[in-house]
Amino acid sequence: MSVSAPRGLASSGQKPITEILHPLSAAEEPLSPGPDVTVSGGRDKEVGLTNGTPVETPSPASASVLFNRLQLDDDLDSDGRDPYADTETHDLFVTVDDPKKHVSTMETYITYRVSTKTTRIEFDLPEYSVRRRYQDFDWLRTKLEDSQPTHLIPPLPEKFVMKGVVDRFSEEFVETRMKALDKFLKRVADHPVLSFNPHLNAFLSAKDLNKRQGLALLSKVGESVKNVAGGYKLRVRPPEFCAMGEYLDTFNQKLGTIDRIAQRILKEQSEYLTELREYGTVYASWAGSEEELQRPLEGVAGCVTTCCGALEDMSENMGQDFLPVLREYILYIESMKNVLRKRDQSQAEYEGRLEAAVLRKQEDRTPIPAEVEKCQDKMECFNADLKADWERWQSNKRQDFKQLLTGMADKNVTHYEKCQAAWESLITLLQDKQTEDKTSCKSLWEMRQ
Amino acid sequence: MADSVSSEEVAVISNTDITSTESENNIINTMVERGTALLRKLEINVAEAEKRTGKNTVNMQETYTVYLIEIRPAETEGGTPAAPDTLWRRYSEFELLRTYLLVTYPYIIIPPLPEKRAEFVWHKLSADNLDPDFVERRRVGLENFLLRVASHPVLSNDKIFFLFLTEEKGWRDAVLETGFQDKADSRLKSLSAMFRVKNPDKRFTALKQYSDELNSVISQLLRIRARVADRLYGVYKVHGNYGRVFSEWSAIEKEMGDGLQSAGHHMDTYAASIDDILEEEEHFADQLKEYLFYTDAVRSVCRKHELIQYELEMAAQDLAQKKQQKEELATGTMRIFSLKGMTSKLFGQESPEQKESRLAALEQSIQEGEETVKEKNTECQEFVRAAWDDIEHFKEQKDKDLREALISYAIMQISMCKKGIQVWSNAKECFSKM
Repeated sequence: MSVSAPRGLASSGQKPITEILHPLSAAEEPLSPGPDVTVSGGRDKEVGLTNGTPVETPSPASASVLFNRLQLDDDLDSDGRDPYADTETHDLFVTVDDPKKHVSTMETYITYRVSTKTTRIEFDLPEYSVRRRYQDFDWLRTKLEDSQPTHLIPPLPEKFVMKGVVDRFSEEFVETRMKALDKFLKRVADHPVLSFNPHLNAFLSAKDLNKRQGLALLSKVGESVKNVAGGYKLRVRPPEFCAMGEYLDTFNQKLGTIDRIAQRILKEQSEYLTELREYGTVYASWAGSEEELQRPLEGVAGCVTTCCGALEDMSENMGQDFLPVLREYILYIESMKNVLRKRDQSQAEYEGRLEAAVLRKQEDRTPIPAEVEKCQDKMECFNADLKADWERWQSNKRQDFKQLLTGMADKNVTHYEKCQAAWESLITLLQDKQTEDKTSCKSLWEMRQ
Repeated sequence: MADSVSSEEVAVISNTDITSTESENNIINTMVERGTALLRKLEINVAEAEKRTGKNTVNMQETYTVYLIEIRPAETEGGTPAAPDTLWRRYSEFELLRTYLLVTYPYIIIPPLPEKRAEFVWHKLSADNLDPDFVERRRVGLENFLLRVASHPVLSNDKIFFLFLTEEKGWRDAVLETGFQDKADSRLKSLSAMFRVKNPDKRFTALKQYSDELNSVISQLLRIRARVADRLYGVYKVHGNYGRVFSEWSAIEKEMGDGLQSAGHHMDTYAASIDDILEEEEHFADQLKEYLFYTDAVRSVCRKHELIQYELEMAAQDLAQKKQQKEELATGTMRIFSLKGMTSKLFGQESPEQKESRLAALEQSIQEGEETVKEKNTECQEFVRAAWDDIEHFKEQKDKDLREALISYAIMQISMCKKGIQVWSNAKECFSKM
């Protein structure tokens, strides 16, 4: 089930923090009302943890800040439009295409051209064109995950392929992978927070992607989020996140089933195709021993062949377009579950620290340390980011699956239309010949009329 | 042998489901082969099938099916259909009739009966003789058989055939009285015998070869068609799983739920549609099977001709031998080995009286031989003439029937495609509303 957070306002941006479900709201200690998140700038410098952006760069860090910058347009339809549609900047366009094989003494690999067009000032030039390989995309994703742990990072196509089983350099494989990489990059570029990540910037613009140095500074900040939260156990996951978790589990299951069904259909179709081809050849060979019936039989053989071709096209399509998208979503779900877990950890850490601090206060009147507050902020930002991204993900998911399934249905319709056309033209051929024939001999069909 | 005489006789052979307009058109349009005097104005159909139990020849209970044959005079314009005369026949009686026809008209390609046991089945189709679908298809096959015989210029005049349609009780005795059984046995023997014809008739050789080819290709076709049907069944049925998973998925969705759910129903419909599609395709298989069995009948006509030809050759050969012997006896030379010649050489010349009597006997034998050859020759020529008449007719019929079978097959395919388009278009609409 999707979280019932208000559309388009899913971050903590609009509500004061106390109104958002607080894990320990029953506790007596009124915590400071929380950061005034309608003001930007300084606040973010302290909470730099949530997104890893160094203080130096002017780019906004959290979604909340971004909303304010962009003057949120309250066009919130209930007809299912993407709630982020009007908040997206549409000023960063990326494309992945033009795969090329590189052969060196050490290895053979494929690179893709990554083209960028942008009006953002964060970029030095309005256009870029670089070549990247899968490793580079993988690097980018890892960096994004590390530096933006509170956000849902889109998945990449599968990394490992069995060398003997799949041909990594076959046209179909490369094509499928390229489409997935393109989708990944587009999703990142469309994301209001991720698209400003400096790693993305480097990925899109740097001539040589030096993956080891240069951006080490950034990763340090991100690390702190990962490491600190370890060791705390979460007591209660808030209901909306429970709902997310449950939804993800069930959805994952269903997708797995659909994947299996689709594969099974492909297999059955392939076996059907084998038999059908042989069926067609028998008609052709029969035609060889007939006179009057030669053309009709050849016609039938031709129709069967046409149907075989149509089926082949459809099956290829399913393999290339349908299955990869399904698999991608399954990967997506995995990474989302991870994010949920991290969120749990940040909540656990906060609660743990708070508990400890409260106890100490009761004992010796030590005030609640500032770091507890920081943890609370961290957690609340995490929750807000996650909720925002969840809504966005739900909406994208709906569009993606609508497109996917409509496409599947469409391919089936086209397949049948092709077959129907073939058989209809055969009938015309057969019936023409019939009207010429005026012998007294009666066919069985005629006798029965 | 029936001779072609032009006539305006009309025999309407139809189904009970016919409307009066259609049947009127039939009377106007349908002209049957000349000579079907017997079936002037008669309608025949095999209307029903029923299960019976009774004791068989070894006094054991058995269940069998009987078929109702209805005969009624053809409709005259503006007249009301009369009540039909009916009788019940079981499959074995049809078989008996056919065997009788095979033996009595060896120069005719006798129409085949529907198969005794279901063959070339794809897995869902029942191979059980008592299965209602099988029985129904057999009913149609039996009707076709009767229609074909009734419209045949030669066979339709047969008295035993007429009795088959009219005399429920006394028919069996009538058939046996014809004494065809004896001929049946010898026919079976001759069909399986191995002999070589010195001067085979090229036309018959070509026909036999064609018939064998046709038999082989139709068998192949039927076999593969059954496999294709099996596979297609699998493809459709797996789609039914989509129905279930979409339904389950829709339960966790908000906006997408309705679209998914309805699409799922369409997937169920799609999966279910294959049963009717394949059932209908069996009709096409039956049409092919009829011609598969026809090839056996063609083959036996060819074999019969070979036998006659062989007998003629044997008779001619025998005559030639005897003439040779006579010549030798007359001139005293012995070019051909004969026991008499040897004995006379060994035991001395025979007396002029002996020689005379032997010559006379030979002369007699030669006379008989010439008669035999003449008879065989006539028999052969008659056979060839009558057979070829029928063969030409058969070829035309075959071309027409099979062409129509192919047309109806194409129509079935189109219908299947249309159903597919319908279902997937519906599903597409549901998806687009997600």
